[in-house]
Amino acid sequence: MFFLDYIWLIPLLPAFGAAAMFFVGRKMQKSAVSAVCVGAVVVAFVWACGSVWQYTDWAARHGHEPFQQILYTWLGSDTGHLNYTTYNGTPARFQADAGFFLDPLSSVWLLFVTGVGMLIHIYSIGYMAHEGGYYRFFGYLNLFMFSMLTLILGNNYAVMFVGWEGVGLCSYLLIGFYFHRKSASDAANKAFIVNRIGDAGFLLGMFTIAWYCGSFRFTDVNALARSGHFQVGDPIITAATLCLFIGACGKSAQLPLYVWLPDAMEGPTPVSALIHAATMVTAGVYMVARSNALFVLAPTSMKTVAIVGALTAIFAASIGLVQNDIKRVLAYSTVSQLGYMFLALGVGAFAAGVFHVFTHAFFKALLFLGAGSVIHAMSGEQDMRNMGDLHGRTRVTHWTMFIATLAIAGIFPFAGFFSKDEILWQAWASEGGAYRLLWLIGIITAFMTAFYMFRLMFLTFHGQPRMGHEVEHHIHESPPSMTGPLVVLAIGSVLAGLLGVPHSLGGSNRLEKFLEPVFAREAHVLGAEHPAQLAAGAKEQEHTNPEEYLLMFLSLGLAVAGWGLAWRTYRHADKGYVEPLAAAVPPLYTVILNKYYVDEGYDYIFTGRRKLGPVRLGVMGLGEGSSWFDSRVIDGTVNGAGWITRLTAKLSILWDTWVIDGLGVNGTAIVARLLSYAAKLLQWGLVQWYALVMVLGLVGLLCAQLGLLLWFAVWIAATLFLGIVYLLAQRYLESRVRG
Amino acid sequence: MQNHILSIILFTPLVGAILLLFVPKESKDAIRWIANLVALAGFIVSLPLVPWFWVQRFEPGVKFVFEAGQWVQRPGMFKFVDGIPNTWIPSIGAGYLLGIDGISFLLIMLTTLLGWVSILSSWTAIQERVKEYYIWFLVLQTGMLGVFMALDFFLFFVFWEAMLVPMYLLIGIWGGPRKLYAAIKFFLYTLLGSVLMLLAILFLYFNHHSVTGVYTFCLTALYETAPKIPFQYAIWLFLAFFLGFAIKVPMFPFHTWLPDAHVEAPTAGSVILAGVLLKMGTYGFIRFALPFFPSVVMNSKVRGWMIGLSIVGIIYGALVSLMQKDMKKLVAYSSVSHLGFCTLGIFVLNSVGLSGSVLQQINHGISTGALFLIVGILYERRHTREIAEYGGISNVMPVYATITMIMFLSSMGLPLLNGFVGEFTILQGAFMENRLWAGLSVIGVILAAAYLLWLYQRVFFGTVTNPKNEKLTDLTPREVLTFVPLLIMAFWIGLYPKPFFQILEQPVNQIVQDVRGSEPNVMAKTPTHKSVDEITQTSPPAVEVPVAAKGKK
Repeated sequence: MFFLDYIWLIPLLPAFGAAAMFFVGRKMQKSAVSAVCVGAVVVAFVWACGSVWQYTDWAARHGHEPFQQILYTWLGSDTGHLNYTTYNGTPARFQADAGFFLDPLSSVWLLFVTGVGMLIHIYSIGYMAHEGGYYRFFGYLNLFMFSMLTLILGNNYAVMFVGWEGVGLCSYLLIGFYFHRKSASDAANKAFIVNRIGDAGFLLGMFTIAWYCGSFRFTDVNALARSGHFQVGDPIITAATLCLFIGACGKSAQLPLYVWLPDAMEGPTPVSALIHAATMVTAGVYMVARSNALFVLAPTSMKTVAIVGALTAIFAASIGLVQNDIKRVLAYSTVSQLGYMFLALGVGAFAAGVFHVFTHAFFKALLFLGAGSVIHAMSGEQDMRNMGDLHGRTRVTHWTMFIATLAIAGIFPFAGFFSKDEILWQAWASEGGAYRLLWLIGIITAFMTAFYMFRLMFLTFHGQPRMGHEVEHHIHESPPSMTGPLVVLAIGSVLAGLLGVPHSLGGSNRLEKFLEPVFAREAHVLGAEHPAQLAAGAKEQEHTNPEEYLLMFLSLGLAVAGWGLAWRTYRHADKGYVEPLAAAVPPLYTVILNKYYVDEGYDYIFTGRRKLGPVRLGVMGLGEGSSWFDSRVIDGTVNGAGWITRLTAKLSILWDTWVIDGLGVNGTAIVARLLSYAAKLLQWGLVQWYALVMVLGLVGLLCAQLGLLLWFAVWIAATLFLGIVYLLAQRYLESRVRG
Repeated sequence: MQNHILSIILFTPLVGAILLLFVPKESKDAIRWIANLVALAGFIVSLPLVPWFWVQRFEPGVKFVFEAGQWVQRPGMFKFVDGIPNTWIPSIGAGYLLGIDGISFLLIMLTTLLGWVSILSSWTAIQERVKEYYIWFLVLQTGMLGVFMALDFFLFFVFWEAMLVPMYLLIGIWGGPRKLYAAIKFFLYTLLGSVLMLLAILFLYFNHHSVTGVYTFCLTALYETAPKIPFQYAIWLFLAFFLGFAIKVPMFPFHTWLPDAHVEAPTAGSVILAGVLLKMGTYGFIRFALPFFPSVVMNSKVRGWMIGLSIVGIIYGALVSLMQKDMKKLVAYSSVSHLGFCTLGIFVLNSVGLSGSVLQQINHGISTGALFLIVGILYERRHTREIAEYGGISNVMPVYATITMIMFLSSMGLPLLNGFVGEFTILQGAFMENRLWAGLSVIGVILAAAYLLWLYQRVFFGTVTNPKNEKLTDLTPREVLTFVPLLIMAFWIGLYPKPFFQILEQPVNQIVQDVRGSEPNVMAKTPTHKSVDEITQTSPPAVEVPVAAKGKK
């Protein structure tokens, strides 16, 4: 149990590599960087193989239970006192462990992620040899491996979310690796933000699950879902699964959140191979498959998954038909293939979906690495219109890519044939009626796939050389560190399908059997609800069904037809060749070439990066509106309140100076002074005069008493006259003295 | 020692400030060294609190009650209690009374840490009136610590107001071009809130007297009488408190002082303002508004308004942030958004939301504090914060770009960094109460990625187009040192937040229980349905009654 007991080392090894690059990478030699980072992934791969090998042993002895290992309590508290109430008032513990988990489903992912990841790390040694930021690149790659492995090995939704956001971050960092280019940093932002929208859905789905099931742990949730505790079609489960599916749409580039993936091709090609083809984008598939116990309880969600998957498949494939950038063709092809996988999940064929993920990892990684090798040979040229006739000078690349093309096109007996055919057959067999339409979409997509892939092959490797002389002179096969992984992946692309050869072709469908503990019970639940799906679940008994052979031949025939059509159209492509669609229906061609103008539409309506006439809509429009509201209305109110206060203060000052101080205080003083002037007249300081006035007063009073008013008046007049005369005389005398 | 540790922590910065008074103002470097050492000492003396608090995180604390003519201690929430009620100014019933629970413990540790970091970050940024600057900064530090420690309402209010003055001066003297406008706006706005709060405090004070016959500002005594105030009065008291705290947080629509204050404040001032000062509002809600007025906060209309304002704040702050042209203003508006999460966590009124809220307050202190440091570093070199002036900075300042990236990711809530833990917990708590609340708030998480990454792209990515940026120097060791503690905290909380949850467990459960007291106790409720544990049979057995709850009854 050596490997299994230390299963946490698998994600942690690349994490150490990333940490090493973070702290000392700058000072390290390129060879040391590769030794540390590639070494970490190689050891992780070995460890993963050992773990899976030991797990199969362990599982046989433990009733095929998942292997769990809990390191510590991450979120929340393990004391049991931090609780929340679930939907029915039951207390549940708020606790998410940092725990790891291995079951057949995660084993599949573990093996191909570490395996393909290791090959791509090796490939990158050659590819990035002449690039700056070598240590940064490998640090990010290792960080990605850590995140992806955490996503796969987490034992609960919260830990899965760590990996989920982590791979999004690494994707952001790696798409923006050439950060001097505006297009690269734009694409990086787009990837992260679109993924974030999906992540918000994931979060809400996770909360719903916690609210409804009382735990984040897969084992708890699955046990509860399978216990018959919930009805099939339970609206809360439907809501939870739909939210999760929004997350899956973001990460796995499904409609309508696929827009980031084609732009993600701004990153270095190994990144496109590792993250945007083989591993990260399958995380959504993994998550839905992991939550299969919930999804089967929600037929509406299943239908949504199937429909979105099928529509994405054909939509992306149609765009891929006319793209000229070699990596973009592959990008749309990836979106389209992911659509197939969701179609499989949606019709309840979980194992078939996983099988396609597995085979796709090999041939799509190979295609991208091959494209990288081509771009390397072409001195950075990515436009297929400027390629042609490379097959002679890049033999290994050509042959390996040819194998991958056969595989993706679904040519017998390459890997893609088995997995794609399984999906189409399940889509056909699972339910009748409208579901047959999904099958039809699938089979048309298969034809398109064959066509655009062989178009890519012919334009790149055959026809007339269309590049400039300078470029043509430099064309060379890539170094062994790059071609080596190509060969290994090519072998994988041939053989990976053998794991799932259906019974009808004399195989034993080993992968499906291996995954049985994860999915088997679902067939039962589904069957109870949908008799038609029971038939699909029990198809093993009827594997001699002639329908299956017929469909197999049909899809094979369409693939070959696509190949033939591409051969007819492009095998002699010379400079200035004309796309047949452009010649036939020019407007349609323009629309498809411009990816149905979805990006533009999003920019107008959702992001607001483009103005619709004078109006800006979307988030930026809202932002502008809010900013205006903030500075004008809210802050305007605050400043207005301040202004009113100041106005009141000014009015108060006026009131204060003129009314209170002026009229009240100073006015009183003025009145008093005026009165005092009057009083002063009577007070000139001569005692004799006062005595005289007193005497006069007395006499006056006496007279008044006696009723002699006239006398009184005469007295007064005489006194005043005498007084004034006396006063004037004295003034005159005083002036004489001074003079 | 343990009895007086709070006082020691509280007055260390003040003692340092007094010490600085005796240093001649010409010897700037001496002043810097002393201030830094004092700030570091302030942090170091708070460190013993960590193990001491840790060992008794589940133990019951104490509270003061007035019984039979004297103050006695009973089992309650508060630990490390220092002082006795009504002994400071006996005539009015004010006491020098300090004490902490898990919530204030975390905030105190944040304050001492950020205080040290921001004083360290001011070394070269402040060249004028150096002495006054550090003195005021240290005074501010004591004021903030006092707010988080005071268990006496009078003492609390003294600290609450006292800390306004140094902050006002920090903005008004060492600020940017519109510093006076910003400083006065900050001061008046905050004062407006606190005046109404003072009235409410006095109401509670006289109410306590009319009920018990005792005049006291002792918080635990008021806890007994305030919840019994009839709703028609309590609602007004709550609104008075609400205004005081909502302005401080700031909650939408009382937030417009914040961008101005941040833009004009010196870097260290912004760090403290965002990191600690805003937390006083949220702390006030948790410590006062919730336990005092349970009937009001549980009222569905009031609660709806509180939650509504929080959610509007989350989305609105993010949207406005998206369109800013000034980096500091952008970060300031992002604070509005983040604090919206904190108030959301408070008013969902369950243990998960509340612990998430406190944790997010710590996280915001760390991440946004770091963001202001980050902006300050560019500002110090280029004297502009216009985003358009920059571009391609990662080419010339790679270390700086890396640290910025990590702090941006922490701020936008990337798992394994601190921000995620807080936001996740809050959203989980909100979801359990109402699906719509969580559904709307999640939009803030998306927008956070948008405005931060867009900012990062415009400042750091691309090639250096502005010749003035070509010669920018990368971080000095001192600058790196200011980030180290913040980075450590960011990763610690992101990777292993359990200790924080455990520290918060007891006070959070206590508060939720106090508030929801009228409802059947969530913790002690016997499940009426089959419990999840029984069905799955994998988790440990059902929950127990928390220690705090035991102690109280």
